[in-house]
Amino acid sequence: MIELAALYVAPPTLTAHAPVLAIAVPLLGACAAALAPSGRASWVISVIASMVGAWMALAVAGEVMRENVIIYQLGGFAPPAGIALRIDAMGALLALLIGAVGTLGAIFSGHSLVAEVRPEKHTLFQAGFLLAQAGLVGLVYTGDAFNAFVFLEVSSIGTYALVAAGERRDRRALPAAFNYLIMGTLGATFYVIGVGFLYAATGTLNMADMAARLGTLDQSAAVQAGFAFIVAGLGLKAAMFPLHGWLPGAYAHGPSLISLFLAATATKAAIYLMARFLFEVFPDGAAFGEAFLDWVLAPLAAAAVIICSAQAVFSSELRRMIAFSSVAQVGFIFLGFSIASADGLSAALFYIVAHGLMKATMFMALGGFAISVGARRLNDFAGIAREAPWTALAFAIGAASLVGTPLTMGFLAKWQIIEAAIASGRVWMVVVMAAGSVLAVIYVGRMVEVMFFREAVPGAPRAKESPIGVLVPLLVLAGLSVWFGIDASLPQQLAQSGAAGLFTVRP
Amino acid sequence: MSGGELLILLALALPLFAAVVTYAVGRMPDVRETLTLVACIALSIVAISIFMRVGQGDPPELMLAQPLPGLSIAFRAEPLGALFAVMASVLWGINSLFSIGYMRGRREAHQTRFYTCFAIAMFGVMGIAMAANLFTLFVFYEVLTFATYPLVTHSGTPAARRGGRIYLITLVGASVLLFLPGIIGVQAVAGSTAFTPGGLLDGRVDPVMGSVLLLLLVFGAAKAALMPLHGWLPNAMVAPAPVSALLHAVAVVKAGVFTVLKVSTYIFGPGLISTLPAATWILWVAAGTIVTASLIAMTKDDLKARLAWSTVGQLAYITSAAMLPMASGLVAGGLHMVFHAAAKITLFMCAGAIYVATGASRVSEMGGLGRRMPWVFVAFLVASLAIVGLPPMAGMWSKLLLITASFGTGEWLTAAALIASSMLSLVYLVSIAFRALFPPIGDGAAREFVRPGGTPATALVALCITAAACVVLFALADPLARYLAPMAAVNFMESAP
Amino acid sequence: MNWLAAHFNYVVVVILMMAGLFIVFSTGNLIKRMIGLALFQTSTGLFYISLGKVSGATSAITLDATSVDGKALAAQLDPAYVERFGVDGVVYSNPLPHVLILTAIVVGVATLAVGLAIAVRVREAYGTVEADEIEALSRVTAEQAEPAP
Repeated sequence: MIELAALYVAPPTLTAHAPVLAIAVPLLGACAAALAPSGRASWVISVIASMVGAWMALAVAGEVMRENVIIYQLGGFAPPAGIALRIDAMGALLALLIGAVGTLGAIFSGHSLVAEVRPEKHTLFQAGFLLAQAGLVGLVYTGDAFNAFVFLEVSSIGTYALVAAGERRDRRALPAAFNYLIMGTLGATFYVIGVGFLYAATGTLNMADMAARLGTLDQSAAVQAGFAFIVAGLGLKAAMFPLHGWLPGAYAHGPSLISLFLAATATKAAIYLMARFLFEVFPDGAAFGEAFLDWVLAPLAAAAVIICSAQAVFSSELRRMIAFSSVAQVGFIFLGFSIASADGLSAALFYIVAHGLMKATMFMALGGFAISVGARRLNDFAGIAREAPWTALAFAIGAASLVGTPLTMGFLAKWQIIEAAIASGRVWMVVVMAAGSVLAVIYVGRMVEVMFFREAVPGAPRAKESPIGVLVPLLVLAGLSVWFGIDASLPQQLAQSGAAGLFTVRP
Repeated sequence: MSGGELLILLALALPLFAAVVTYAVGRMPDVRETLTLVACIALSIVAISIFMRVGQGDPPELMLAQPLPGLSIAFRAEPLGALFAVMASVLWGINSLFSIGYMRGRREAHQTRFYTCFAIAMFGVMGIAMAANLFTLFVFYEVLTFATYPLVTHSGTPAARRGGRIYLITLVGASVLLFLPGIIGVQAVAGSTAFTPGGLLDGRVDPVMGSVLLLLLVFGAAKAALMPLHGWLPNAMVAPAPVSALLHAVAVVKAGVFTVLKVSTYIFGPGLISTLPAATWILWVAAGTIVTASLIAMTKDDLKARLAWSTVGQLAYITSAAMLPMASGLVAGGLHMVFHAAAKITLFMCAGAIYVATGASRVSEMGGLGRRMPWVFVAFLVASLAIVGLPPMAGMWSKLLLITASFGTGEWLTAAALIASSMLSLVYLVSIAFRALFPPIGDGAAREFVRPGGTPATALVALCITAAACVVLFALADPLARYLAPMAAVNFMESAP
Repeated sequence: MNWLAAHFNYVVVVILMMAGLFIVFSTGNLIKRMIGLALFQTSTGLFYISLGKVSGATSAITLDATSVDGKALAAQLDPAYVERFGVDGVVYSNPLPHVLILTAIVVGVATLAVGLAIAVRVREAYGTVEADEIEALSRVTAEQAEPAP
């Protein structure tokens, strides 16, 4: 049992400024990395900056469990004139995820970039990677709606370029990145229009302030229009079905590091922002809010689970399969949201972390394989477990968590979501989730069978075990899925506290 | 750490340790086999100690981990579980003895993988036997599924892989689609999944919800091979005979019916079950399973297939026992679990011995073999009679208890099915032994041995021990029933006719 | 007609938005899609600034009433307002949306730059910027990556 409230990882002066440091250090690191003299140097900067960012995120998490909500005024200017960071348990949890995956990814990038990205681009790549991390952490920490857009775009623009960097190995990365750019920008712009409507109605951009003022205004057309635009925009960013078209291409063809980072963090940050708006900014009991959850979000999420799991079953390229699986799992998360209860939201948050870790593990393992072989189709991975056992083991652990094997975090995540669904009487949701789980077992089973139980094709290039620089972060990631499957106290306290905070009765 | 906690920890750690060590010494077959046997003996001693403690009213308990508040991995030995643990560990030892003879006799490949997976499977069985709540049971149930998959696909042929795939898909599919939602439902309704004497859900759930949960949990435990989720069992016959013995007698199916029994006794309780319409439906399905399986068994020429279908029917006996709205039914189910195990493992070991010695796997090829392999077929005969349920084999007691319980509760269908299947098993099992031992004059000469020396010695010893057990258990039926009685909170003598 | 005059800005916003979206979705040419995207983003800029405009107010730059320019500017104001509020009490349009849109414009420019850069690389890698041709060539890439057994 880890009690976050009793965790002191940094001296008080540092902890007081940890929120802004978690954003600023990776940001400054990005500048340093861009100016670095060599790829190696930029890698070192990247690792250090990510680690410091993650450390700060941990400090913030401890502080949040003690204080309940941290408000940090940037530059000392008080809102609503100034911009404030407002961090509660939900934001702290997401930032921890981003920090952890970012750091482990940065360590992994040492070998992965050499294999997948042009050498002259390494420094810029690391800069972009740090920029993306900074943007995401800023997004989950900020308390200002427009500031959220800024951070969202800071990280997204970085990732558009990063996905395109995969073109050295697979030129399909380029049109995929372009498509991602178009869809992502559309999403962000919709979000901005929505915020504009809300600003017009309330006169403020600070989310807490907006929530207070919206309480008296809920049925006006401007507010409803704002709601629609915000949800549509964030849905595009979060790859909510049917707005997920950009995702399979971006995950399948970009560099392994970017696939793992995006899968774990980018869509989740958008989901986080959507949760903030749905449950905090817009008033409880707003009719359009409930109608949206029950009649739009839940059916679309259910469709995502079934249809995208089926698409995963029928894919032949392994990374595409995992990408479709991601959309399906995001469907699970949205199902949890649509329950609109503290249990449902807490389960969804827990699932976010579980999914982030498991997909990061799987993509990192694939990246480890990719260092030695260029296999793409599932069948090309036959027997790879014999040639690279540790990497394959880590992949299997991630896959086990995806399927919901007991003693992994994925199992606890599924358990909690199904329990929340049963407790709220939504039995149809349980059926959908069970069906999705069975489909997951099928496509994961195929992957594991090919990797572990088939003989390698004679004449196919032999894979090699991943180098130590890859194995260490990989096994740590896999280990996290297992650790949190046995002792889930760390993410659980944050998830529950965050959900409870969003569902407190407002006068 | 108290003595009880230590015992449970040992029971879990020993097979796991055996797995690791067996894998490590894989290159030295003699050491490997010796270590396996030592582990079996040690585990049996631990299991018997736990058994004694429970009998004295001092059940060992252990709490290992608590992933989430309300969900814990905890163990608590109780009569049925302790009995299952003893049975499994003893039979593991005997099966290992047999395996040594079989695997060496056939010069099988991948022997280290075989013994290692076996040990891991036993780890799963111990966890299931001593689970204190449904969640823990589920975790180890899945461990068992995955540990036995490499055993089923042992030979690596396309047929074996296909059998393995059906095995995995059926078991995992039922677990994920049915069993897991059932467990979560129990948690949502009752706030925990702990096994409680008298039934966790008693008084907390209305008949509709209770029926739904019962259906989910009973059909979800696909290892109990209740139709229509029985398909994996005949298909798993591609595995070598020691694996089949494990599947059918020691571990897998027994884990399935053990789960059904535990769920009926400690999650629902006999009182609640009697009010659920779903219990009656399951009884009908079980009766159908018994008769259908027996009929199909008669049509099979392949001996292991015939035995597999026989098992499907016999398991349905235990499921029926669990659903009978009468406490003594639960005791009968527990007894049958043990008696059937002894008989089935004998039968499978005989099938394996016959295959090693003569290469014969079809019943039609076994005419007259009794003259060449008398011990094997006498054992076969003893075990078949136990399945039929004739004295002085132990099977008689459990069958008798079941039939009287079903008459007592007015379940004529179940009683009829039980009696019918006994008749049918005379035909499809006992006849094999008779044709081997007393072949009609018209049949040709018996097959020759393909292995000089016939049956391997260790295999012979193993199956003779279990055949003898079928008879010995006959005398032990009463003490065992008395041992199990607290689980149903009923006095055995009072409910016997 | 009155309504149109009163909401003219917003009508234009909608027209631009729809035009931009239509271009993005209907064309396959990558450059044209970027143009559509830029048009779409422009409409949001117009939207915000229209929101910020207070009727009868001056632009969001503070006036120093005592300076020569101040007086000259005050002379250009609507006399009714000067009567009501005096030069000191002049009403400004909301400056915040302008700031927001400056930021959004920067974001838009950055996006445009990245998008066009990717389009250039696509042209180098595929020889075309038409989406359907790229798709066809991508299928060839896929088949080349996994030679048929």
